[in-house]
Amino acid sequence: MSIAPTSFESLEVPEAATRSEDYLWTLNFGPQHPATHTTLRLVLKLEGERVVDAMPEMGYLHSGFEKIGEHLTFNQYVTVTDRMNYISPMANNVAWHHAVETLLGIELTPRCKVIRTIIAELARLSDHLLSNGAVGLDTGAFTFFLYGFYQREVIYDIFETLCGARFTNSYTRVGGVSQDFTPLVIEKIRSFVKTFPKTLDDMERLLTRNRIFVDRTKGVGVLTKEEAINRGATGPVARASGVTRDLRKDEPYLAYADYDFQICCATAGDCYARYLVRMQEMRESLKIVAQAVENIPTGPVSVGIDQRTALPTKQQVYSTIEGTISHFELSMSNRGFEVPCEESYAAIEAPNGELGFSIVGDGNETAYRARCRPPSVLHFALFPYLIRGHTLSDVVAVLGSLNIIAAELDR
Amino acid sequence: MPFTPPSVDDVIAAVAGRFGPLETSAFRGQTRLVVPAERSFEVLEFLKQRGFDLLIDVSCVDYLEYRDPPMQMPACAGSRYGLVYLLASTTTNQRLTVRVFADDPEPMVASVVPLWEAANWLEREVWDLFGIRFTGHPDLRRLVMPEEFTAHPLRKDYPLQGRGERHNFPVITRHES
Repeated sequence: MSIAPTSFESLEVPEAATRSEDYLWTLNFGPQHPATHTTLRLVLKLEGERVVDAMPEMGYLHSGFEKIGEHLTFNQYVTVTDRMNYISPMANNVAWHHAVETLLGIELTPRCKVIRTIIAELARLSDHLLSNGAVGLDTGAFTFFLYGFYQREVIYDIFETLCGARFTNSYTRVGGVSQDFTPLVIEKIRSFVKTFPKTLDDMERLLTRNRIFVDRTKGVGVLTKEEAINRGATGPVARASGVTRDLRKDEPYLAYADYDFQICCATAGDCYARYLVRMQEMRESLKIVAQAVENIPTGPVSVGIDQRTALPTKQQVYSTIEGTISHFELSMSNRGFEVPCEESYAAIEAPNGELGFSIVGDGNETAYRARCRPPSVLHFALFPYLIRGHTLSDVVAVLGSLNIIAAELDR
Repeated sequence: MPFTPPSVDDVIAAVAGRFGPLETSAFRGQTRLVVPAERSFEVLEFLKQRGFDLLIDVSCVDYLEYRDPPMQMPACAGSRYGLVYLLASTTTNQRLTVRVFADDPEPMVASVVPLWEAANWLEREVWDLFGIRFTGHPDLRRLVMPEEFTAHPLRKDYPLQGRGERHNFPVITRHES
């Protein structure tokens, strides 16, 4: 019995219309991939090794943080902000309560401002250590990553001494912070300030002039200044492209106006420039921490209990009648804060860029709408623009230099 | 010394000179400009030419259950959706909030992607979570929710729990696969 088809003519063979797209192949990068570091997906169109186009996709970690923000009180929601950019949760805590206090019109005590400045800068240090470390890791410099991560551990230790939590700190409160600085914390920060520059020098010696690393990152993923502004880039990504915007200088919040530090910029706009900007920003952050930790004002850390905005300490609750009343009033669901029926936006210069919250108040002590303006979304949207024309191996370098945190991306 | 943001009075005056008086209000030093939906694109285009080169954010508020209608913006009281455009200038550090209102059943606003590329994903997110259509948007797909999702979860009539959750999804058992 013949197994040959009866007639070849009956098989419809389509006209061999060769288009250039037929030579492209599609690569699914993520959502689970070691070099995405978090859960995000890229669909890459490749011609050989060259990336013709990329389609970023997000939403794998979407957990409705903004919806939750409409159901948790201003003090409760800080635990959720920890989970946004989880490599610098302290900065998110500061950003959230900065926005809440802007809406409520609370003026912080000088001591609280300095403490928040210190922890925000320590958060920036730990964020930059990890994001630069991840660029090193993805381009093959594992030792560099470990150097960075060792120092992150030291910062974790400081945070643990400060508030008991290493990773998800939930440190700030409306009108203050949960724990005051103790002498031990100050001692640990001092010793960190002393020892950290040596590690930073070591890290720079390891990578900044390393031929392999420079070849992998220089000229890769170039973002021009015009495009950086047009596409809404902020933070180190924009500053590496020559945008001299830094909210610490442009809109000095907390105690930043009191310290001497520089804004670090570059003009090249490539991955290497972003690496250099982050490296240099760490030195400037360290300068701020060094100045601030020696000049912490005395006095109360939270606003007074007479203002009925900050939760009193346990000592005050248990030993004074004003503390008890204030605690009771703030804990009751129908008392609480006086929230105006208004809306306001406040942002801080988070390690990743401008992190802001738009809060709409409707008289309740939960936000009517808690919109988070995450820098990662706009940076991830940049990705196809940056990667076009580069090779597949550059994908991880560009992705790492943008420092995209999927939890903040999806919220 | 608290920081006082730079004044935007010159811009407001320029906008009023070009488009006639528009409603403005201020809160905590932040100036808001309420723009009718049909003129939003031209006003935003004008503001971009006036130096607001950075689009910080596009977001939306659903006023369905708001205690009072947006009191601070009486001209648009009664509209359900209020879009928030946060603009900033990289040269003068001015900030301006532009409010555009839209209403059911077909909330629709002109897309500003031709002005700022940054609006692309931000508007997709607003479409995804609020269901506001942006006319002229090049690629209006869902951003964070899955494509087969049908609702817009940040609307106030969408509950926090119970609808569209994982246990409601169709389950494929090993036997069926």
